[in-house]
Amino acid sequence: MTEVPVPYQVVRRSQETTDTTTLVVEPVARALPPFRPGQFAMIYAFGVGEIPVSVSGILDHRHRLAHTVRAVGAVSAAVCAAAEGQELGLRGPFGTGWELERAAGGDVLVVAGGIGLAPLRPLIRAALAGAGRYRRLNLLAGARTPDDLLYADELRCLADAAPAHVAVTVDRPGHGWLGSVGMVTQLLNRADFAPGETTAFVCGPEAMIRATARDLRHRGVPADRIRVSLERNMRCATGHCGHCQLGPLLLCRDGPVAGYDRVAPLLAVREL
Amino acid sequence: MIKTTTSLLGTLDPQSRDRLLTTAKEVSFGAGDRIFSEGQRADRFWIIRTGSIVLDLHVPGRRSATIETLGSGDLVGWSWLFPPYQWHLGAEAQSPVRALEFDATVIRALCEADPVLGRAVARRVAEIIGHRLVSARTRLLDLYGPYGSGPGS
Ligand SMILES: Cc1cc2nc3c(=O)[nH]c(=O)nc-3n(C[C@H](O)[C@H](O)[C@H](O)COP(=O)(O)OP(=O)(O)OC[C@H]3O[C@@H](n4cnc5c(N)ncnc54)[C@H](O)[C@@H]3O)c2cc1C
Repeated sequence: MTEVPVPYQVVRRSQETTDTTTLVVEPVARALPPFRPGQFAMIYAFGVGEIPVSVSGILDHRHRLAHTVRAVGAVSAAVCAAAEGQELGLRGPFGTGWELERAAGGDVLVVAGGIGLAPLRPLIRAALAGAGRYRRLNLLAGARTPDDLLYADELRCLADAAPAHVAVTVDRPGHGWLGSVGMVTQLLNRADFAPGETTAFVCGPEAMIRATARDLRHRGVPADRIRVSLERNMRCATGHCGHCQLGPLLLCRDGPVAGYDRVAPLLAVREL
Repeated sequence: MIKTTTSLLGTLDPQSRDRLLTTAKEVSFGAGDRIFSEGQRADRFWIIRTGSIVLDLHVPGRRSATIETLGSGDLVGWSWLFPPYQWHLGAEAQSPVRALEFDATVIRALCEADPVLGRAVARRVAEIIGHRLVSARTRLLDLYGPYGSGPGS
């Protein structure tokens, strides 16, 4: 873990949607310690500012990392705009990971909303790589419109190759959309999992996380097997500043991923 | 297998379920078939076995707006349970659909005659409506939009 940003260089960028970009970065010299799925880096756009961003890919080659960033304000826009060859400063790895191993022997259920698919992508890859250790893999993703869906090609390949049950739903279908319309929780009806032996990994806007977790509880998934990622804003990422405090938890250190059994009572908290 | 918590039959007791099922018939629709339209008499309802159905709302001068998609195990239609028994949305098969079809008059009569069954059915339908209302309200937030939960304070 570092307090001083380490220089990384953008080696590839791909525009995922109109406002979201995936950057693949590699260390200019020294690499940060290895990241686990669900952890995040503090990315510093020189001269603009620093933001927390989850890893959306952990590559073996040259310690590369992928980050998928949605431009919502000054810093995220600057990170999204970083050209190939440009340097960014990274600190990390921070936070708890998804801890996929908790699902060993049971069903894996991944539920993502919007940009929430980004932190789940390394988890999905790890689950596919570890096939045999888990029973069924369900991936349910919600997006605003078909054009807002992240990694559409990867999802299609995954669905076609059929190692997983993949279902996608949108809030607003455009003309020609033949997929599902509605909230991501509706896809749970059609997913194939045994609630008592399922570990769920949920990420998206907090209201979507709450709705999904409640639905899963209702179906019989144990609260401690519902892993949610709470990405409320944070500053120092090292557990010092208190900016991301949620009840007794400091989300940069005790989160972002936590069991629903721990965070359910805290999710009613309006402000930090 | 109907395994959902949002299906009509899913959590009815076996006796009630069997009584409903004896009145049902298997039907199928081709992709693109219109099942019902807004304003028509709601004299039947369906439980989807396979395939998907879109619910839509007619918008004058424009293509019908898709509101929601229903799939395997889902109940299609609840307007048959409450006067004036008229559909307030339309429904169209999105893919080939196999479904169980129920006659609303028959089911309403069964529910009248057997209050236990009637209560169980009304309760399940209310739960399903509640579930869909929560989904619709959550979608109103436009969570994935640029200002996800509305403007900040
Ligand atoms: C642990 C963690 C992991 C994250 N991972 C990712 C990721 O993988 N990809 C990604 O695009 N973003 C991610 N974020 C969110 C990202 O950090 C924020 O979008 C960013 O900090 C916004 O900074 P800004 O200066 O660009 O915009 P600002 O001007 O600070 O904010 C712009 C708007 O976005 C809202 N906003 C800012 N931060 C958040 C937040 N955390 N949650 C909800 N709304 C927010 C603000 O209220 C404001 O309306 C993550 C956040 C956390 C805490």
